[in-house]
Amino acid sequence: MSSSTILSIVTFIYGLAGFLYIFAWVFKKESAGRLATWIAILGFAGNTVGIVMRWIESYQLGIGHAPLSNLYESLIFFAWAIAFIYLFVERRYESQIIGAFSMPLAFLAMAYASLSPNISDRIQPLIPALKSNWLIAHVMTCFIGYAAFGIAFGTSWMYLFRQRDTGDKSPLFDRFPGIDALDELTHQLVKFGFLFLTIGIITGAVWANSAWGRYWGWDPKETWSLITWLIYAAMLHVRYFVGWKGWQSMPGKLLGAFIVVLIIGVVFVFFKKLFILPFYFLLLVSLIKIFGAEQRKLFAYLSILGFAAVLFTYFGVNLLPGLHSYQSMGQ
Amino acid sequence: MSDREIAADPFAKIWKFFASVRLTIVLFLTLAATSIIGTLIPQNESPEAYFRAFGPFLYRLFDVLGLFDMYHSWWFQSLMLLLAANVLICSIERLSSTWRIIFVRNPSFNLERFRRLKPKKEFGDNRNAGALKESYSAVIARSFRYWRVAETDNNGFAIYGEKGRWTRLGVYIVHLSVILMLVGGVIGSIFGFEGFVNIAEGDSAQQIRIRNSGEIRKLDFAIRCDDFDVSFYTTGAPKEFRSRLTILEQGKPVLSKDIIVNDPLHYKGISIFQSSYGQLAPQDQGLTPPGEVTLSFTSKATGMIYEKKAAIGRQIDIPENLGKFVITEFNNNYNFRGKDLGGAFVGILYQTDGAQIEVVLPIRFPSFDRMGPMFNKNRKDDVFISVSDVDVKQEPAIARYFTGLQVTRDPGVWIVYAGFILMIIGCYITFFMSHQQICVEVIDKGKKSRIMVAGTSNKNKLANARKISKMAHTLANLEQRA
Repeated sequence: MSSSTILSIVTFIYGLAGFLYIFAWVFKKESAGRLATWIAILGFAGNTVGIVMRWIESYQLGIGHAPLSNLYESLIFFAWAIAFIYLFVERRYESQIIGAFSMPLAFLAMAYASLSPNISDRIQPLIPALKSNWLIAHVMTCFIGYAAFGIAFGTSWMYLFRQRDTGDKSPLFDRFPGIDALDELTHQLVKFGFLFLTIGIITGAVWANSAWGRYWGWDPKETWSLITWLIYAAMLHVRYFVGWKGWQSMPGKLLGAFIVVLIIGVVFVFFKKLFILPFYFLLLVSLIKIFGAEQRKLFAYLSILGFAAVLFTYFGVNLLPGLHSYQSMGQ
Repeated sequence: MSDREIAADPFAKIWKFFASVRLTIVLFLTLAATSIIGTLIPQNESPEAYFRAFGPFLYRLFDVLGLFDMYHSWWFQSLMLLLAANVLICSIERLSSTWRIIFVRNPSFNLERFRRLKPKKEFGDNRNAGALKESYSAVIARSFRYWRVAETDNNGFAIYGEKGRWTRLGVYIVHLSVILMLVGGVIGSIFGFEGFVNIAEGDSAQQIRIRNSGEIRKLDFAIRCDDFDVSFYTTGAPKEFRSRLTILEQGKPVLSKDIIVNDPLHYKGISIFQSSYGQLAPQDQGLTPPGEVTLSFTSKATGMIYEKKAAIGRQIDIPENLGKFVITEFNNNYNFRGKDLGGAFVGILYQTDGAQIEVVLPIRFPSFDRMGPMFNKNRKDDVFISVSDVDVKQEPAIARYFTGLQVTRDPGVWIVYAGFILMIIGCYITFFMSHQQICVEVIDKGKKSRIMVAGTSNKNKLANARKISKMAHTLANLEQRA
């Protein structure tokens, strides 16, 4: 069996695990939850085997390199990291409902890699720019960071649903862990992700300096990774923003309005590609929400906004011009 | 000074503004939002290109706002300067109080404070307090660097332990790293340069062109390109670009090195990177094909190399009975999957099994035909052919390559790298290490005793609560074992 076959099967295992986690949460079936955990572990094991086999296969083809060199391989590793971090969180925090918000992410990453006609699962030789030991360090750290942010994205939504649920108790959200636990878990995941994103950006910078002669060149991929970093950095500082009740002062509102107008202007004037508009719409709605949110909600909103920036750094930037274009869809 | 007086003092007001975490968050988000612009408008293109794309009005507007080189525009740099001031002042403001917390010789403990703490566990024991003192102290000593025992009323005692006071400095390490990166970046942009130069094979160059500004800069040494080579995978994707460079000081070679992407040459603080390549325009467009050419045939079976003279249309026998070969044409710019390989002979190989195989022999790439069997499954993998010599008079007909080199100098890079290392260390300390304090109070109740375990941590309250219960559990089990 080839690695691609195994990885296609893993896609469905992750899908099944995600489904069972959601089923166990919605219908309050503990047995389904226990089964979901075992299936997630099975999927994770298959994912690991698939990655290792792909590595070995590349050596058998005579073009041996770590399986982290294109979109397909990065998605596989992304799913692996999500599953790994999620299983760790489940064991540590003893809550399976988080799985209903995490495993579907792993499934989507795998499904996109395996099923999208635009992504080739062929093992390809490395082009000169990628032939570097920094490749492994850079890609691994970035995607471990992204995976932690992905799960934090899930726990942030859980936090927002949970904290809304004060008056009429909704049985679905009532089963979530408490808001303090969700808030703290999001914080832990973001700290972990931020450390890895930081190392990822830094290894990328050192690599860029050895390949192109500059550690920072403001190319779109680099800039977007910085935007992601800045959003999460802001989020971590919100932790010290005790007593924040939302942007009520006039200068704050004016600044908020200025940023919104600026972004709308930029989008409509230059970005004639329509596919980006939903992203921007989402961004704007979040920004408006963010301006009025109190400290802990602001924290959760920024986590969601941060993951949107992660996704754009990952997929959206390939559509913009720049040196990182080796990661283009077809390759 | 009273609060009102502080508020009235403009200096204090400015100081307070720069020390606020609100400014930090606003700056982070403003930098993030404005950075998007530069990823949508391609930066540093020619003015004509922008004029054509945006029209006269928007062109002038964007030009005034510096959006065509926005990351170096006055307003973006001011935002970064504000951030630097914010980080610096914020750190100074808080460091003085943190300093007082960190550097105390004998940490003082307030028993009342621990009694009031929320993460607290209590349990009983069948022995009196005195019997527990030693074993409990040993447990605390194992996991806390500083600990001491204090006597309390009625034969009771309290053990205090603490560790990680210094980890409160972690956040200042992160802030320092940000300052280092910004300072390194400024030093690089003032004292460094980023240029490029194209050098044809065999030529040398001493002048480079600075990127963006386009000005010419003269180096104190010359770079000679001795050779340039590009190799391809069978998929047509490039495999390696390699330039053999020699550094010349007053015309004398001092250093030679092959550079490839990811492996530059460093000399006198200047780094030379492989960044692109291209072909020089042939001097003579009406090229005549070379008259006579020497081909070499390498036999896979015996490893022997046979050299034979050949000319277009003249059939030759390959030794070891490996078939016949005839050159059919000469192509000045042979195109292989979208890449110009320069001058190449094209011929037909008559294999002994009767198959006729087209063979391409680029003059620049003698090992090109080694990949032959991969392109054509009818090709037997028993011989490969290359051009070993062409008529000297025809030399200009062979396209010459030039190598594109990036030439940079950045004296600030080590400061930036120091910032990188501190950033990683600082983040780790700030996020995953904490200043923890614990108090185990044992109240003597005659033959029995009552134990309370409580503790604080400056980070992650939930993990702290877990640690307290774990410690209580350990101490309670200690009693059962004894």
